[in-house]
Amino acid sequence: MGSKAIIRVKDLRAGYGEDIILDHVSFNVYEGEVFVILGGSGCGKSTLLKAIIGLIEPRSGKITIDGDEVSVDDDTTLQKILRKVGVLYQGAALFGSMTIAENVALPIREYTSLPKESIDVLVKMKLGLVNLEGYENYLPSELSGGMKKRAGLARAMALNPKILFFDEPSAGLDPVTSAELDDLILYLNRSLGTTMVIVTHELQSIFAVAQRIIMLDKRAKGIIAEGNPKYLRDHSQNQFVKQFFNRQADEKGVVSRGSQ
Amino acid sequence: MSVPETPSTSRYEISENPEGGITLNIHGNMGAANAGQMIDELTALLSDYSPSSLTVDLEKVDYLDDFGTLVLAHLRKLVTNGGNGFYVINSSDKIKELLSILHFDSLDEKMSIEKKRSSGIFIRIGEATLQHISDLKYAISFIGSIILSLVHICLHPRSLRTDDTIRYMQRVGVDGLPIVALISFLMGLIMAFMSSVQLEQFGANIYVASLVSLAMTRELGPIMTAIIVAGRSGSAFAAEIGTMKISEEVDALFTMGFNPVMFLVVPKLVAAAVMVPILTLFSDLFAIMGGLVVGVFMLDLTAGAYMSQTIKTLELFDVFWGVLKGGVFGVLITWIGCFRGFQVRGGAASVGQATTSAVVSSIFLIIMCDSVFSVILRYWG
Ligand SMILES: Nc1ncnc2c1ncn2[C@@H]1O[C@H](COP(=O)(O)OP(=O)(O)OP(=O)(O)O)[C@@H](O)[C@H]1O
Ligand SMILES: [Mg+2]
Repeated sequence: MGSKAIIRVKDLRAGYGEDIILDHVSFNVYEGEVFVILGGSGCGKSTLLKAIIGLIEPRSGKITIDGDEVSVDDDTTLQKILRKVGVLYQGAALFGSMTIAENVALPIREYTSLPKESIDVLVKMKLGLVNLEGYENYLPSELSGGMKKRAGLARAMALNPKILFFDEPSAGLDPVTSAELDDLILYLNRSLGTTMVIVTHELQSIFAVAQRIIMLDKRAKGIIAEGNPKYLRDHSQNQFVKQFFNRQADEKGVVSRGSQ
Repeated sequence: MSVPETPSTSRYEISENPEGGITLNIHGNMGAANAGQMIDELTALLSDYSPSSLTVDLEKVDYLDDFGTLVLAHLRKLVTNGGNGFYVINSSDKIKELLSILHFDSLDEKMSIEKKRSSGIFIRIGEATLQHISDLKYAISFIGSIILSLVHICLHPRSLRTDDTIRYMQRVGVDGLPIVALISFLMGLIMAFMSSVQLEQFGANIYVASLVSLAMTRELGPIMTAIIVAGRSGSAFAAEIGTMKISEEVDALFTMGFNPVMFLVVPKLVAAAVMVPILTLFSDLFAIMGGLVVGVFMLDLTAGAYMSQTIKTLELFDVFWGVLKGGVFGVLITWIGCFRGFQVRGGAASVGQATTSAVVSSIFLIIMCDSVFSVILRYWG
């Protein structure tokens, strides 16, 4: 296990308008690890992801990626950082006016000097990895939700970035495809050493891929548990963590979800 | 498990073996950052030899990904063009796994992506014609469903979404008033100024008032207002409904048992049908004021004389006629805007197209409809 912290989040506070969504959040992600962010719906997982990659400006706190501080104002550093990351958005965010192949080819064409035919081969390889061969000429609107997700994944890993961020990669995928995606994640992690930061709710895939997790909570506005998922499942004292891993509803009622 | 720093160059070592083949030793990284450069360098390097076989030794390669695989595939193509052998040796288990997952053995550089074939001109003309016919059918059935919804509203007035209607009235009318007023004022100014140049020669300055008021109330007031509303609100209607269409909001309305036309179109239609005539009235008023300014400050007319000439010229019918046109134009703009919105398929670009064509078709229909009005007036008036 690599020991260098590739992402450092220190005392982060983030929010929208008046609302503070996250407060006093600190954690590290180490090079080459599969790191999973968990938490109930609406607790700020996407917000955390957006803060890390510099899409929203934190209220306070410090985030560094690979030694460079993420700052919305410092454009050159941000560009340098962004070259090292790939992001799969919750809604896939494919460009609707381009075919799937063009979507994947876009970053490759921009940042490498490869000839067109080679890019075509690469795009086919990438789409093959996510089981989308044969769909090169489809428009995003002609794909199903899960297929869009996979195409978004192919685009995120187009340049084999050092760090991949996934916002709910397996939402909308069938169990078989979802398991294949887990394999792909593990495989990319193993063969290319890619660091993965994944937001997901799929218990099975958490246990399959995650080396370390953090769990966020809406009421605590921060981290309520950190560590190995299997260990937390069996040993955590926190009620919400237990419920989460054992897939139980809150005893008090369906609606009130939160930690004690 | 550390990733080597990506931007680094690779070194190559070439050794020839007695059988005429060569061995290529690659050191360093084979990744996205240097794949293009490697392909160029290696092509140049190997062009000096014409080896009977090429053996690539990957022992010293620290990092290889699919870009690196591409470089290998390129090398294979370079030598196997002449039917020679190509071998990869000393690859680590990781690299072996990668090559097998990427189907390196069957990977051919010629495997390019064929674009969808574009069909011949006749087929395309035919398709476009069919498309227009189905558009027309849809447009007519759309009018049908609007009329049905309106009938329903007349029978059950409570089913009109009043809050939405009022909000659209504000957007179309109140928010549009400043620009309508400004443009009409300037139009009045320009018209008075242009006509005064001619009329002054006959000492008929006072007829500037008649000209401005008549032209504005009957023709230009409604047309200008309608064009501004088409640009402001027709486009907004198309974009709003189009975006709702692609994010499946329209489908959601439908499955919740709402009639999308009733829900989305009727409030806009009512708002435009009420507000465009009112805007037309304002337009007339501001144009007359524009003319008045020219009359008083440049033509030495008194304000009283200008106004009494205006009142003498205008009949109530002229104002009514202009306002009626305004109402019809308002309905047309909403119809086209919503219609284009509902036609949106696919992605963001399609919304853009719908917006453009909403404005263009509205303006065309406004002008065409205006000529119909002129003909009616000529033969019935
Ligand atoms: N653009 C925004 N403006 C204002 N508030 C927002 C915005 N986006 C999210 N929020 C708020 O921030 C909170 C966290 O949202 P976020 O999208 O980060 O949740 P999440 O943990 O990703 O949930 P999910 O698992 O459902 O995707 C929510 O309470 C939401 O209301
Ligand atoms: Mg989210």
